[in-house]
Amino acid sequence: MKAMIKVTLKTGVLDPQGKAIMGSLGSLGFSGIDSVRQGKYFEVELAGNNKAAAMTQMQDMCEKLLANTVIEDYEIELA
Amino acid sequence: MKTAIIQYPGLNREADMIMALENVSGASVKTVWHTETELPQTDLVVIPGGFSYGDYLRCGAIAARSPVMAAIKAHAEKGGKVLGVCNGFQILIEAGLLPGALMRNAKLKFVCKRVTLSIENDSSFFTSKMNRGDKVRCPVAHHDGNYFAEAETLKKLEDNNQVIFRYADGTNPNGSLHDIAGISNAKGNIIGMMPHPENMIEPLHGRTDCLPLFESIAA
Repeated sequence: MKAMIKVTLKTGVLDPQGKAIMGSLGSLGFSGIDSVRQGKYFEVELAGNNKAAAMTQMQDMCEKLLANTVIEDYEIELA
Repeated sequence: MKTAIIQYPGLNREADMIMALENVSGASVKTVWHTETELPQTDLVVIPGGFSYGDYLRCGAIAARSPVMAAIKAHAEKGGKVLGVCNGFQILIEAGLLPGALMRNAKLKFVCKRVTLSIENDSSFFTSKMNRGDKVRCPVAHHDGNYFAEAETLKKLEDNNQVIFRYADGTNPNGSLHDIAGISNAKGNIIGMMPHPENMIEPLHGRTDCLPLFESIAA
């Protein structure tokens, strides 16, 4: 089983990197961009196929290491 | 006074810190590798600066989860003193020993220069030889020192006098909220700061502004 985790900055937390990327896209001629937010993406290969157990384990991993919940939110998808 | 420093792979500022601590304590500093599960008998634990684990994931994130952290937490719970400088501050925050987060510098650049710090709390173990409002010059060298905390946490820090150092005279190099350069926990026995006071204590450093900070430890 594979877990795919998206970690993004919480709403309200400034993202200077996203802002710089937005500026760069603008200088490349892309228009109509309202905002860019940068995040992280993880793929974790898991043994076994108990989805509920995997979800619990992934949530624990996100809380303890993959995300800094002071500033980041996370989303878990299992496949 | 007994001191120990924690060494993680990728830290590189430990030699300067050891020298600064030995100068004031007059005793040798114990070095503790990050895989240790017990600390030697010590009054103060210092986590120096550098780039533990190459700043992978988030600065200080991996080091904060290494085996020695349980021993550091136990030391702090008993009232033992802990000081984290630069990456050491990031590690203490990632470990949950200090509140908030240290984000990428607002201007996205690594900053290596001198800033001015004002002493905001002169009763901490690292500032007792100084007076509130005193200003010192001090070098910074970091990419992720932009202090962030939610409004409620910031208010608590301010109300409890947990802001120990603030960037002064418009020298905030990283966009930190409230110009925060260093804070303590509520109890005051854990202090973290982004600037490098260990590099402003000898005539060879150009100035000795930060010597009283280290003298405070020995007081």
